Amino acid sequence: MPVLEVRNIEKSFDNTEVLKGINFSLEKGEVLAIIGSSGSGKTTLLRCLNFLERPDCGQILVNDNIIFDAQDKRTQHESEVRKKRLHFGLVFQSFNLFPQYTAKKNVMLAKELLAKEREDYKTNRRQIKKEIEKEAEELLKSVGLQDKMDLYPHQLSGGQQQRVAIARALALNPDILCFDEPTSALDPELTGEVLNVIRLLAKANTTMVIVTHEMQFARDVATKVIFMDEGVVCEEGAPCDVFGNPKKERTKHFLEHYSGN
Amino acid sequence: METSVILTKLFDAFFLNCEIFFKTLLFALPLGLIISFGSMSNFKPLKALVRTFVWIIRGTPLMLQVIVIFYGPGLLGIDFAFPRMTAAIIAFIINYACYFSEIYRGGIEVIPRGQYEAGQVLGMKKGQIFFKVTLIQVIKRIVPPMGNEIITLIKDTALANIIANKEIIMMSKEFATKGLIWPLFSTAIFFLLFCGILTLLFGYIERKLNYFRA
Repeated sequence: MPVLEVRNIEKSFDNTEVLKGINFSLEKGEVLAIIGSSGSGKTTLLRCLNFLERPDCGQILVNDNIIFDAQDKRTQHESEVRKKRLHFGLVFQSFNLFPQYTAKKNVMLAKELLAKEREDYKTNRRQIKKEIEKEAEELLKSVGLQDKMDLYPHQLSGGQQQRVAIARALALNPDILCFDEPTSALDPELTGEVLNVIRLLAKANTTMVIVTHEMQFARDVATKVIFMDEGVVCEEGAPCDVFGNPKKERTKHFLEHYSGN
Repeated sequence: METSVILTKLFDAFFLNCEIFFKTLLFALPLGLIISFGSMSNFKPLKALVRTFVWIIRGTPLMLQVIVIFYGPGLLGIDFAFPRMTAAIIAFIINYACYFSEIYRGGIEVIPRGQYEAGQVLGMKKGQIFFKVTLIQVIKRIVPPMGNEIITLIKDTALANIIANKEIIMMSKEFATKGLIWPLFSTAIFFLLFCGILTLLFGYIERKLNYFRA
């Protein structure tokens, strides 16, 4: 049973078709790398998965449940959407940490707010808060930031901020963790620390969808690669096939561009 | 006349300036927020209406607005007039709410969309995103321009004397017509002290919010 299934997603902005019918599925523990040139629709696809954009057409299924259906308004209710979002985590290109909170508080905040909806929150408030704090500390440790927990985002480097953002996304235990070009806003010498964290997550069988321009990284870490071009899936398959032996001219052309560098 | 008597009279008059100042703030701060929501509305007619209103209020002298509020109803043949002080305060509230609304709008519109999106993706409700994520960032951004505007307000209160509210400048001019000029110049001290306190206060708030960068 696939953990994620995307069926015929279409999306247009002001008469420009950005996604023209995207289909793919992902098994639990798989790491999907989505590659392609700028404007091919990669980021829009990721934003559709996270309900930041509403597809005009198509369905999204998580664990065989239809969580979004463009034809069915009932799946698009605001309060419903909020809960469904929690199937996904999203790490942004520009981190988007909350500047007024420390690293630890950034990781804790959403979970604290969700805990308030628990029935036992009033009686067990202290205990719940303590647990959330402990989890946040564990997560920050796992991304190598045990000594930066009480610092504010502006006191951290880009790579450290992005690692906090990863911990923040993990805090809600998403089924699928999405990355939108997680290293594109970083200085080259800082990309390594972020990629290493993602590698560790892959080893721990975290299901991930990664939009990236880091071809070598995609090849190493992904179990499946999709090459997108002009809003369609141009080629898909195992990394060794897509990178080692691309079938489509367009894919070859794109990859040559990268190996040239 | 004794100096102490004159100073007491000036103090009493300055009390009027303070009254206009605090009442204006009390009402204009929240009203400004409502106006700013109107000027950012997705409903085009409302947005156009509110922006036109703000343009008119910001584009005409406050002194004129005070006169319009006070004499306007009578000139339109309505048998009603606000008390002088009320008329002045109403004009001040409307005027300053419009200025504040533009400051709020500026503060809200510069918050990066990524902040809202990060909150959404983490399953926060709209209200939670506003109160827990964006509000303090907006406050941090609007404190300096707000401080500026509020300092202007205390000095503007002197304009209320155009409809014979006996605030400190008007009071001291009465002494001047009797040949006593120093009270008029001494009024500067009242305003300077008041602005000094405001400057310190806003400096304090700015420092308090310095622990993060947005």
